[in-house]
Amino acid sequence: MLERGEVANSWRRERWDSLRLLTPSWQSRLPGVSYDGPDPDGYMTAGEVAELIERFAKVARAPVRTSVNVTSLRRADGGYQVTTSDGDLASQAVVIASGACNRPTVPSLAGAVPGPVAQLTPFDYRDPAQLPDGGVLVVGASATGVQLAAEIQRSGRPVTLSAGEHVRLPRTYRGRDVLWWMDRAGVWDQRHDELDDLTRARKLPSPQLVGTPERITLDLNALADLGVELVGRLQMVRDGSALFSGGLRNVFSLADLKMNRLLEAFDEWAATTGADEVVAAPERFAPTRVPPSPRWRIDLTSGEIRSIVWATGFRPDYGWLDVPVLDAKGQLRHEGGVVDSPGLYALGLPVLRRRRSTFICGIEDDAREVIGHLAGSLGNVKRKS
Amino acid sequence: MTTVDNGVNVEALLGAREVLKGAPEAAAFTWRASSKWAHGVQSQVKIQNYFGLGEEQSHKSESVFDADHPEIFAATDNAITPIEYLLVGLASCLTAGVASVAQNRGIQLRSVEADLEGAHDIRGILGADSDVRNGFNDIKVTFTIDADASKEEIEALVAQSQKRSAVFDALTNPTNVTVEVA
Ligand SMILES: Cc1cc2nc3c(=O)[nH]c(=O)nc-3n(C[C@H](O)[C@H](O)[C@H](O)COP(=O)(O)OP(=O)(O)OC[C@H]3O[C@@H](n4cnc5c(N)ncnc54)[C@H](O)[C@@H]3O)c2cc1C
Repeated sequence: MLERGEVANSWRRERWDSLRLLTPSWQSRLPGVSYDGPDPDGYMTAGEVAELIERFAKVARAPVRTSVNVTSLRRADGGYQVTTSDGDLASQAVVIASGACNRPTVPSLAGAVPGPVAQLTPFDYRDPAQLPDGGVLVVGASATGVQLAAEIQRSGRPVTLSAGEHVRLPRTYRGRDVLWWMDRAGVWDQRHDELDDLTRARKLPSPQLVGTPERITLDLNALADLGVELVGRLQMVRDGSALFSGGLRNVFSLADLKMNRLLEAFDEWAATTGADEVVAAPERFAPTRVPPSPRWRIDLTSGEIRSIVWATGFRPDYGWLDVPVLDAKGQLRHEGGVVDSPGLYALGLPVLRRRRSTFICGIEDDAREVIGHLAGSLGNVKRKS
Repeated sequence: MTTVDNGVNVEALLGAREVLKGAPEAAAFTWRASSKWAHGVQSQVKIQNYFGLGEEQSHKSESVFDADHPEIFAATDNAITPIEYLLVGLASCLTAGVASVAQNRGIQLRSVEADLEGAHDIRGILGADSDVRNGFNDIKVTFTIDADASKEEIEALVAQSQKRSAVFDALTNPTNVTVEVA
């Protein structure tokens, strides 16, 4: 196992200070290791996640070589040649587990933002004090965007949040964590080969959830209550002005409709399985309030906006991968983790084999199946020779 | 289940989607219109040809649209106002979307009607107040739909049709427009 940093590197280096998981602690199980702290219904800090993974590395006696950066992987002699910062390796099979979120995605229109406006990605951002005083434009209203918008607004810097399509979820539903429902009702077990639109499922933005001790819901209504101004998707920066889509109302109704369909599915599941006995009565949430007239233009030269935080998602970095297995969008071509090149495998990608794959708790089943395939193919090679 | 027929060939559309996924050149369309000044603030626009699927295409026949301005603008009012054509485009695009999505979702439509209102502060175009924009401030579309579906399903149809609408996108999002003198 080669790791360019240290064990749990992404949780040590690539998360902002206040980050807690949006998944409850009982859920973040790794094979043989689970949360054993005082509050299984709570949400781990990044530091606690790093500890959990560290503990798992010990229990599993994982042969990790830290501070070894893989700079190239190429096909060689029926296997693979791995070039690293610490020498070369030859290998029959390789599992790419380098993560799905190595780099923040920043839209190219960022280049047109006037110079005096500071720009930060979630990898640069630690806490609000780092931002200049004054207005902040947060672009993106998924988990990262809503979480950062809330804490920046609370720091006294007025936040404008640009929202495109998003996934709205209440933190708790009928008295239980919404992720308890997803887990029990089988949403997270939906397999990649059963989904209507796998490409869409893999690109689905993260849900508007935050893990706080108070278990607050952080949807756009909650942000509006905090004083955050909502505007449409950022479409263009022209002549120093940011131009936003006028389609805000529709992204709100799409998200409300989808949330309500999910809650209906939960209710049906609860009614048919008898879970009705252990949860509170069904509830529905107020539709997302549309501001009377959302602004479609903000002059970025006026001084109103002093900084922009790009909460526009993350992408993997395959700059070191010299095997032609990427699609036109730069994503790995694979079938449930079996990459389109013999002996090459992937783990830790969104909806790799099931919806759960996107999260920490998805690795156990995925790894078992993918490594099963890998062991089988190595067995074949051995038998042939 | 009875078969749903809204008169939309969804199989053809889904087939085209699959084919065009791998053929972006064929998906590049150019729509064209040619206009000619009539007199005063009236003009005539003709549309027949367009480009798509890698070659020149032609509508079955030429369409002719007149545009003018109302008498209260001191004009002749021989035809609708240009900005009203945006409502024509939006209404017909969203309605086509509703029918297609309904067909795809197996929902039989009985009637689909829409009323559109575009709020327009004409101080912008008159140059009376530079803070007022020239275009619509707000467009409101109200659909009345009779279909074999729940209210929620109908709302989802309307939402999805906006999500895939060319005219909705063109109106809600900025577009680069180049105007030149030949
Ligand atoms: C902001 C954020 C919040 C998240 N919140 C949650 C949550 O609340 N709950 C949840 O379950 N999941 C959450 N996730 C998803 C979670 O990160 C993943 O499910 C999980 O971390 C995947 O682990 P991984 O080991 O596959 O990837 P990573 O944690 O990204 O680990 C990949 C490792 O590979 C190393 N690496 C990369 N390239 C090279 C190279 N060329 N050479 C050597 N080493 C390399 C990296 O240093 C890194 O240590 C979140 C993700 C992000 C980005």
